[in-house]
Amino acid sequence: MAIEKNNLIDQTLQELNEDGIDRRGFLKCMAWAGTGLLWTISGGIPTSQAFGRNAAHNGKNGGDFTFVQISDSHMGFNKPANPDVVATLQAAIDKINALPTAPDFLLHTGDISHLSRPEQFDTVDQILKSASAKDVFFVPGEHDVLDDNGKSYLERYGKNTKGAGWYSFDKKGVHFIGLVNVMNLKAGGLGTLGGVQLEWMEDDVKHLKSSTPIVVFAHIPLWSAYPEWGWGTDDSAQALGYLKKFGSVTVLNGHIHQIMQKVEGNVTFHSAMSTAFPQPKPGTADSPGPMKVPAEQLKSILGITDVDYVRGHHSLAVVDSTLA
Amino acid sequence: MKKKNVWIANGVMAAMLAILLFLSLSQSTIAKAEPSPPASAQVKIDNFSFGPQTLTVLVGTTVTWTNRDDIPHTIVSTDGVFKSKVRDTDETFSFTFTKAGTYTYFCSVHPKMTGKIVVQ
Repeated sequence: MAIEKNNLIDQTLQELNEDGIDRRGFLKCMAWAGTGLLWTISGGIPTSQAFGRNAAHNGKNGGDFTFVQISDSHMGFNKPANPDVVATLQAAIDKINALPTAPDFLLHTGDISHLSRPEQFDTVDQILKSASAKDVFFVPGEHDVLDDNGKSYLERYGKNTKGAGWYSFDKKGVHFIGLVNVMNLKAGGLGTLGGVQLEWMEDDVKHLKSSTPIVVFAHIPLWSAYPEWGWGTDDSAQALGYLKKFGSVTVLNGHIHQIMQKVEGNVTFHSAMSTAFPQPKPGTADSPGPMKVPAEQLKSILGITDVDYVRGHHSLAVVDSTLA
Repeated sequence: MKKKNVWIANGVMAAMLAILLFLSLSQSTIAKAEPSPPASAQVKIDNFSFGPQTLTVLVGTTVTWTNRDDIPHTIVSTDGVFKSKVRDTDETFSFTFTKAGTYTYFCSVHPKMTGKIVVQ
């Protein structure tokens, strides 16, 4: 599956550059940094059009609110792939603050820290204070719950959450669900949500109308992005099963440090770039370890994801921007 | 003392010596067949994998894992026998295997990474 997606990249970008894409049903593509990609999902028909790197992002597009996803800040990482993750996170925040429309809030999809150390969380919290958006919603990455089974993460970010840190909230008619799939990982397995969280989620969405737009965010992809490298979640199908009745479901994740997108039925999957270091395309390296690129190229493969919600169209527009 | 002297005097000594000689010969034969037990063995972590993935050691061996990746890993027994703290680049974890058996383990951060220590 993932390989197919990769093979599609050139073709997809070419089509996007020519006249955009408007295909019914199943659409999968992957876009690399340097080209933003706008997604609009209306009536179950996904459409997308390319954005040049500096393409104007038309404010709210008449939408009700916007939010920005950042991911994988890996505070504390200091290896050659990026010896200054403080600077690149700050660059991401500066980018957010320069958006034509200030986002209502930020989502951080995990790996806030590199080693779960208090000073690493402190540094991120300090940098985030410079963001125009004051509310930040977090889910943990596996790097945030090392050694102490997530205790320090929960002390810091776990207020009003359940279990290992999952929760939901509503914003102007959109239902957001933050899931934790980095705890209690089993040998040989992928990400895991676990029975308790799944039960909670089933109950959480049961009372919602099927017209409610849903945004799910979690660290590890909730689809098989590349299981060979652990880029997937063992019990994600069960979670997605609870969302079948909804007309618009957007699933946002981090973990893989690159943009990858897939649309399947009513569900759009999107993974964000890291603010710290890039990782290789699936299967193109010996391991998913940090990818070293020339220093001048680094900011062109780090970035943020801006999401617009337009009420009435049940649509979410997802735009990736690099830090370059 | 007296009793012991009597035992020796009774000629049991000769038999005991014979047994001891036999045992020592047997042991030296075994020692020649297999090299003496190494005190330590190494597992390297490179590119999100344990190498060697299966390591066979003798009882009493201390195995040391070294993380040579740019990303932290852990070494966690699937049966709860041992569990490392998170190991960043170039950090190590050691465990001494005092009982024979097969010990499977994995990295709890990247559970696709699995390995096995066979202790004989």
